[in-house]
Amino acid sequence: MPVFNQSRSRVIQIIFAVVFIAIVGQLINLQLFSSKYKLAADNNAFYRKVVYPDRGIIFDRKKRGILENTISYDLVVIPSEARATDTAALCNLLGIDTATYKRRMRDLIFKNTSVKPSVFEALLTPEMFARLNENMYRFPGFSLNERSVRTYPYNVGAAILGYMAEVDTSFLRRHKDEGYEMGDYFGRTGLENTYEKVLMGQRGIKRYIRDNKGRLQGAWENGDFDTAAVAGKNLYSSIDVELQELGEKLMENKVGSIVAIDPQTGGILCMVSAPTYNPNYLTGNQRKKHLTEMLYFDPRLPLLNRTLGTTYSPGSTFKTLVGVIGMAEGAIDDQMTVSCSGAYFGCGRRMGCHARGTFTLKPAISKSCNSYFAVAYRRILDNPKLPNRDSSLSLFNQYAYSFGLGRKLGVDLPSELNGNIPTPGYYQKIFGKNWQSCNIISNSIGQGEIGTTLTQLANAMAIIANKGWFYTPHLIDSIEGGDEYGLLEKFRVKHKTRDIPEFVFEEVHEGMQGTMEFGTGAYAKVPGVVVCGKTGTVENAYRGEKLKDHAFFGGFAPRDNPRIAIAVMCENAGYGATSAAPIASLLIEKYLKDSITGADRKAKVAQISNMNLIPPQMKRKMAERDSARAASSRKASRDTTEPSTEEEGRATAYMDFPDPVYPPAPGKPAPAKLLVHPLIAEDPYKRNFKRNIPA
Amino acid sequence: MNKKNNNIAAQGVDFTVIWLYGILVAIGILCIFMVEYRSGTDWFASFINGKTNYSKQLIFAGVCAIVATFILLTDSKLFTAFANLLYLFGILLMLATFVLGKNINGSRSWIPLGGGFNLQPAELCKIFVALALAKFLSRQEVDFTRLKSQLIAGAITLAPAALSILQHELGLALVYFSFLIAMYREGLPAQILIIASSFGVLVVATLILEPNVLAVILTVIAALLIFILRKQIKKKKRILTLIVTIWLVCVGIQRFVVPYIFNNVLECYQSTRIYSMVGKEYDCSLNKKAMEKPGNKPARKPDDYNVRQSKIAIGSGGFMGRGFLKGTQTRGKYVPEQHTDFIFTSLGEAFGFIGCFVFLAIYLFLLYRIVRLAERQRSTFSRVYAYSVVSILFFHIAVNVSMTIGLFPIVGIPLPLISYGGSSLLTFTVLIFILLRLDADRQMVLR
Repeated sequence: MPVFNQSRSRVIQIIFAVVFIAIVGQLINLQLFSSKYKLAADNNAFYRKVVYPDRGIIFDRKKRGILENTISYDLVVIPSEARATDTAALCNLLGIDTATYKRRMRDLIFKNTSVKPSVFEALLTPEMFARLNENMYRFPGFSLNERSVRTYPYNVGAAILGYMAEVDTSFLRRHKDEGYEMGDYFGRTGLENTYEKVLMGQRGIKRYIRDNKGRLQGAWENGDFDTAAVAGKNLYSSIDVELQELGEKLMENKVGSIVAIDPQTGGILCMVSAPTYNPNYLTGNQRKKHLTEMLYFDPRLPLLNRTLGTTYSPGSTFKTLVGVIGMAEGAIDDQMTVSCSGAYFGCGRRMGCHARGTFTLKPAISKSCNSYFAVAYRRILDNPKLPNRDSSLSLFNQYAYSFGLGRKLGVDLPSELNGNIPTPGYYQKIFGKNWQSCNIISNSIGQGEIGTTLTQLANAMAIIANKGWFYTPHLIDSIEGGDEYGLLEKFRVKHKTRDIPEFVFEEVHEGMQGTMEFGTGAYAKVPGVVVCGKTGTVENAYRGEKLKDHAFFGGFAPRDNPRIAIAVMCENAGYGATSAAPIASLLIEKYLKDSITGADRKAKVAQISNMNLIPPQMKRKMAERDSARAASSRKASRDTTEPSTEEEGRATAYMDFPDPVYPPAPGKPAPAKLLVHPLIAEDPYKRNFKRNIPA
Repeated sequence: MNKKNNNIAAQGVDFTVIWLYGILVAIGILCIFMVEYRSGTDWFASFINGKTNYSKQLIFAGVCAIVATFILLTDSKLFTAFANLLYLFGILLMLATFVLGKNINGSRSWIPLGGGFNLQPAELCKIFVALALAKFLSRQEVDFTRLKSQLIAGAITLAPAALSILQHELGLALVYFSFLIAMYREGLPAQILIIASSFGVLVVATLILEPNVLAVILTVIAALLIFILRKQIKKKKRILTLIVTIWLVCVGIQRFVVPYIFNNVLECYQSTRIYSMVGKEYDCSLNKKAMEKPGNKPARKPDDYNVRQSKIAIGSGGFMGRGFLKGTQTRGKYVPEQHTDFIFTSLGEAFGFIGCFVFLAIYLFLLYRIVRLAERQRSTFSRVYAYSVVSILFFHIAVNVSMTIGLFPIVGIPLPLISYGGSSLLTFTVLIFILLRLDADRQMVLR
């Protein structure tokens, strides 16, 4: 055949070549110059599973775990595999109805597809776990997954240990590079928060391959590139858990706080903020409910750490410092006497006093003579050696600051307050340039503008005990494996007050010892121990309404070689001598003698713990809340069974305060019972109710 | 020939092509194995069971080897003798699908053979069309420069294409256009190809650009041409008329023909795919066919999931690839239809640019080899047939690979000799081995 058109063979070959070159060009573009495809493939195919290490354990000073981990179980379901499940039986076990079951399933499928495992019921109670575990064979598609949960074996220390919370977007923004992800938990308050970095450990990452429906296909490269989780470090705290338990027991039915410090080390021995709650209530599946209850519905604010999250006028306990500073400055000496006829009239208005007679410094402290310290304070301010009162007050404040007042101490807990030591500038604004010492005479007895946290007060007592030095109070003594982040360095620095001669402290010690032996604190003697103490009774008002006095006590023991400095405060409890002082004395005894011996002392523990000193205004609010709930629950459940007698008994305390706002509905039987019905919500504060701790 | 009766099959057969064929089929089975492989499963046991696609493909390959041997053992004259008859048979088979057809993936183009096997006549028909075209063009009375012959040749090739479109198999229909290459070699005027490709460019431009912008651009081009050629135009008024006519036709296509094709000729999903190629959304509510079927799904967003996953898989291979059986996209089954139409992705992910390049080089080598075989034929029949084969192969490869890397809209066209599927493998085997048989007899003049 004649071969014509043969040149077209070339053309065809060229067309082939061009098309192939175009394809190769696109391949170069895709495979060599576009990194996004590789990234997209990794996003598609890798499932990064974060392996959570166990958080660190916190031990007390005798190596008893006060914050540990336990295993809790989640009921997990893969909806697509759960079709054969005996729905009715499962609902029966869980105590939900089938409508709830269906709704939850629908939500899970919507959120997380039907082929991926989702949590159906989180944090099962041990009983629920046992019941489900026996019956799991009936529920294909369901499984029980364990996870680590915080537990508090002693049920104490809620305020200091803190609780965990899920991270939110603002937290993630602030901690961008620390590896947190949505759904993680972090320490929201307390030591959990301060030592988050140490406690959280190091997360591990496992990489899995997953398919187009998100199902895992196995480990990537046999897990060669996975990183292992490193457990969080354990913390050794200075807390004495038995002392803490006793403190919380004594503060039952009271609003206030206790701080005890070891003056030699600055280690905090116990730190009670009342009312407290069982910390285990913020770990289980009822966490949210309890948190809301405490945050929004309890007028006593149980989540507030009253040891350093509120400031109070320290009252008469402040007189010890006025004495020390006055002596140090030479404004007073041990010979100076002041006569008191029951009140101080030096400033033209009456300042009441509890004691009559003529006092030198020592008895003035023991008997808490207001007049003496008014005179002393005025002498400090009107010091002729200094040009004016501004400089005198500044000097006084320098002393106060060196005693750790007026500024944050730097305790290893979040949300500490500064307290308040008023400055000359402040008074110039109020009283003008030529303010007089009489203008601020209330400060002399620890009232007026002076404000301290209870921890500051306890620390001041430690300084007096040490005669002029202290370590910053702290809860954590050491970290397992070393203090990697230098969190504890500031607690190793010894702070000194302004130079104050030792005899000044001896004088004050003498006076404080007198308090306990024959003075205002005589009621709170500790047998066989020389305690130095000072009571305080602080007038206060809330929104213009004068309330019952706050009770204060500050002290340390023993006088020589002191081992414990303590401050106790009960809000609106009246005389310091009747509530705060005995609480302190019991705690001192417990700490120094390791137990409370003697029948009368034990009886005292019971007596104080039963004493109900809840401030009346709070009681009123609680009653209002309860009756409002009673009204609504009355509507909701007209024919539910009557509450048990136990609840009835516990509620009697509130019966003294008939509810003025919500009178019992007419025609309803037994209003008393209806009133007590909602008090089930009091459960969180019931003591020693062990929960969630598997045997 | 008659002297060496004992070794008739091996006589003059081009072993280069056979080697390339063997290599490609082996690569194909390997690729299917990569797609099917799951870590932790006993692949050998499932291989022996014959339940998996790669073992099935191996069985198909065995069947194809037998068929190939038979073809090599036949006489070349058989093909010229039966060409027209086979073509008729093919057309009848395609018509039969309308009666016997089984619905697979929305197209009734399969005839069930029993035992789980199905036959797609449109696939087989390629062979018959190639033979019929070769037969027609090799007739001595045919002068391919004449329009009548061109029209007849066109009818021969486009009849099965029309039937394929009726079966909703756009991809298979497109394949028949590849015979244009073979016809071009035989003297089809180049203008037809040029006009066809210009039409293609215009369609793409219509898709990418706003209608008004494109109209303005076309007008500007026309005006510029008139301006440049103003002196010639003064001499010959015909040029002006030509330019204006072309301009009118272009605008007309852009304004009316293209929208008409997308809205009335193509299915909704096809229009959507083509639009998503250029990164645009197609509004299915404009589509007549979609509106006609009341039970049809409502218009939904353009679904470029396949292309995206396919590009991700190939792109993630990088230069060296992730390694055999290590492709995460493949293991995770992210690419749909990966063992058939998107088989190239498993290769691209596992062996990267290097692998793809070598693989394409093998293909290109095969194509050039067949072109060489074609040019050394004495008979027109063999040459036309060889060009038909190379055109079909080229079209399949180009379209399939281009669609996996996002250069072409997705049409269901398998990758020759690689994609899983008995029909496809058998078709290409028969195509290639008939060519080898004819080539072995290249000294004969066949009609």
